[in-house]
Amino acid sequence: MNNFSQVKVLSLTKQLAAIALLMVSFVVSATPKIQTWQTGNGAHVFFVPATEIPMLDVRITFDAGSARDAGKSGLAVLTNGLLAEGAAGKNAQQIAEDFESVGAQIENDALRDMALVGVRSLTESRYLTPALESLKQVLTQPDFPEEAFERILKSMKLSVKARQQSPAALAGEAFNKAVFGDHPYASPVSGTKESLQNMTLEDVRNFYQQYYVASNATIAIVGNVDRAQAEAIAEALVSALPTGEKPANLPAVKQLTESKKIVIDYPSAQTHIFVGQPGTKRGDADYFTLYVANHSFGGSGFASRLVEVIREEHGLAYSVYSYFSPQRELGAFAMGMQTKSNQTDEALLLLNAELEKYVQYGPTQEELNASLSNITGGFPMKMDGNGKLLEYISMIGFYDMEIDYLDHFLDNVRAVNLDMINDALKRRLHPDKMVTVVVGNQQSDK
Amino acid sequence: MRIKVIAGLVIVSTVVLGSVLFINRDTDNSQEEMLQAEAVQSYELSNGMKVLVVENHRAPIVVSQVWYKVGASYEHDGISGVSHMLEHMMFKGTEKHPAGEFSEIIAANGGEENAFTSQDYTAYFQKIANDKLELCLELEADRMRNLTLEEKEFLKEVEVVKEERRLRTDDKPTALTYERFNAVAYTNSPYRRPIIGWMEDLDTLTINDVRQWYQTWYAPNNATLVVAGDVQAEEVFRLAKQYFGQLPSSDVPKPKPRHEAKQYGTQRVTVELPAKIPYLIMGFKAPVMRADEGNQADEWEFYALEVLAGVLDGGSSARLSKNLVRGQQIANSASASYGMSALHETLFVLSAVPNDNVAVEVLEFALREQINTLKNQLPDADELERVKAQVVAAQVYQQDSTFYQAMEVGMLETIGLPWQLKDEYVQKILAVTAEQVQLVANKYLKDERLTVAILEPLPINESETESDAVTEEVAATGDQDDE
Repeated sequence: MNNFSQVKVLSLTKQLAAIALLMVSFVVSATPKIQTWQTGNGAHVFFVPATEIPMLDVRITFDAGSARDAGKSGLAVLTNGLLAEGAAGKNAQQIAEDFESVGAQIENDALRDMALVGVRSLTESRYLTPALESLKQVLTQPDFPEEAFERILKSMKLSVKARQQSPAALAGEAFNKAVFGDHPYASPVSGTKESLQNMTLEDVRNFYQQYYVASNATIAIVGNVDRAQAEAIAEALVSALPTGEKPANLPAVKQLTESKKIVIDYPSAQTHIFVGQPGTKRGDADYFTLYVANHSFGGSGFASRLVEVIREEHGLAYSVYSYFSPQRELGAFAMGMQTKSNQTDEALLLLNAELEKYVQYGPTQEELNASLSNITGGFPMKMDGNGKLLEYISMIGFYDMEIDYLDHFLDNVRAVNLDMINDALKRRLHPDKMVTVVVGNQQSDK
Repeated sequence: MRIKVIAGLVIVSTVVLGSVLFINRDTDNSQEEMLQAEAVQSYELSNGMKVLVVENHRAPIVVSQVWYKVGASYEHDGISGVSHMLEHMMFKGTEKHPAGEFSEIIAANGGEENAFTSQDYTAYFQKIANDKLELCLELEADRMRNLTLEEKEFLKEVEVVKEERRLRTDDKPTALTYERFNAVAYTNSPYRRPIIGWMEDLDTLTINDVRQWYQTWYAPNNATLVVAGDVQAEEVFRLAKQYFGQLPSSDVPKPKPRHEAKQYGTQRVTVELPAKIPYLIMGFKAPVMRADEGNQADEWEFYALEVLAGVLDGGSSARLSKNLVRGQQIANSASASYGMSALHETLFVLSAVPNDNVAVEVLEFALREQINTLKNQLPDADELERVKAQVVAAQVYQQDSTFYQAMEVGMLETIGLPWQLKDEYVQKILAVTAEQVQLVANKYLKDERLTVAILEPLPINESETESDAVTEEVAATGDQDDE
């Protein structure tokens, strides 16, 4: 139940945005045929023609997210953020003008696993040609000017400060740190005060040279172009990139060995709560089972148990949910909610009791049936636009998923039964070894 | 579940407004076709309910929205938040479909659903496979008139809404600053009250307040059904007639005008809160297109104000990013916004976050300089072209979202403006001249129309060192509900 307030908020909590993007449930519609090939220098291309609207979306992803920061937390975000700040001799102003004068929208971002650069453009050539040329410059000829480096670094330092005035961000940060320990997933995507202090322009150049290479690139294209045009576009975009090398695999995420509770005192009206542990990864043998299992636990809003108990029965929270965030390596399983501070203990008891019950007994057959019908019935809506389609094929490409993943998705979902769920929940979730994070006013807790 | 079919005995008047344009999907997309907005087909039931259909056959899905002409701006002091509270209660059941069943049915059919409340409207929507539209209409028609509104449910749900207020506003320094900014900027306009309501009003709200609100505003003659997606308009009209057609209309009151009283001089408010980063909001009273009476401004002025906002903040090449974020480097971010469609006079708003070690006063001065430049010099042709190019492109990109297409016509209709405005929008933006932009800057961005709000951070924790505030407890077993 949204409240379309007219509040402009700081767009600084990149970390939370990353979580939101990755937890998007992976369900898809009357499966489009994905065409795929490689560019001359080894970038993989994934293409779906969509001729209804005279527009094109292109997104290039690299295995160059914050998981590659190698101790320099924030480096992936900084590098990606500098691409459009100076390229091919043009400054940030000229680059922005070149995109915007043809109505093109550039996108760039660095998440936990991936870094991406892309554009949305009209397909008439007087718009498309300059938009793609600008994209190519940003992608292959970034200048990394000193002035922009200082400026973006300053902005990232401010975003660290902004997280400190957000109990939600503080909770998320503490949660990742505790769940992922010494794994690269533990540190904030957009850096810490300390890590940003020591960042240099040389770090940025090295990171770009190592990771923004063709063999580490996936190109997704959706829109009103034909195969020949798409091939030419892909080739033109990345031909200037060296082939390079795919980076080594990330280390595995370690399971937790004991429960851990982190309490942060913060003068907020609500206490923010996260409870969780390492969860699933892309290509995980239990992926579909856990996806379906989570659906009726805390993954489907009003149809889920957590909302039913915490919100509907007890009126304790506006937002309560659980998710598995599958990543290259194990991403988090998390339950999250916020409640008036003096209700924290009550809420935590309920949350943990629901989890224990679910791990022990699983969903009822009725709940499973409801989840299956929601997931299968909602299938067509997950891909009802070019933008959504792009997200999916980009993800399939990036995570090396089967090209017919979408074709088999529903079969895989329908194959899940109660035995599989009960078995997987017991093997994969450990209520006695969870991280609990509580951020709020500790005084009013008594 | 079974859908109850109700025999229709209503006489229906068909009103097809304006020209109906269709996009030919099988041929090349020429520039001209590209600029044509999606066609709207319109119909009115005999009980006064309007039905608008936007056909879009790209995917076998449908977006169904029911819009009510009521929102926070219809409220008065003491019951702020009642529209939004009622929105929550709309999910709490009717006799036919008890609490939770609506959501269960939609979920079981693979649908998504939600609702939203703004100052000027309340709307409910489902997104679902196109063969399930009838189900949505049956459920929406049922809850338009037959809500149970039990006190027991209300008492729980009002606590949920208070949690929502804490989450959205009380614990977000910028949101709380914005709330106080509105409360000071508007003198007697209803826009001075928050949509979610003041906490004390939520504390004292009763089920009777909610019942009365429901009785007063939830009627077919105060509602619009908007359906977008892979449907045939005639079929939608038939179903609308079948399910909503038998609902009785009521005497819906006309809200008092409450036109914002004249402002005398700049108004300022400081919000001191535990926070880390200052925040600045500057809002100038600005006119909107009004349905109920003569407009206070010429029509071109609304479009010129939209272009003015674009010159300041239409992308990363626009002036605020160019001059304040990159040039002077005093802002971490800065934005300008104006929306010409609203029930009451609104604000042209500039807001900005200063960079570290930049005083808010310096930022305010810089924003005023930007405004003065716009008053004294014509914007460049290049700048205007960029703003317009982005508006033209956005119109095309919007076709990618069925939800947005429904939203656009529903919003216009509900604030009493003809939905045809959306079809004229691009052409009217393209017609705005540099002189017109300068004229509206001089006419509206004046000190006697200005309200300034500043967030001044106070220390968050007395100790202020992060390690002091964090405690960790490690245990070998679970079941800890310690402290």
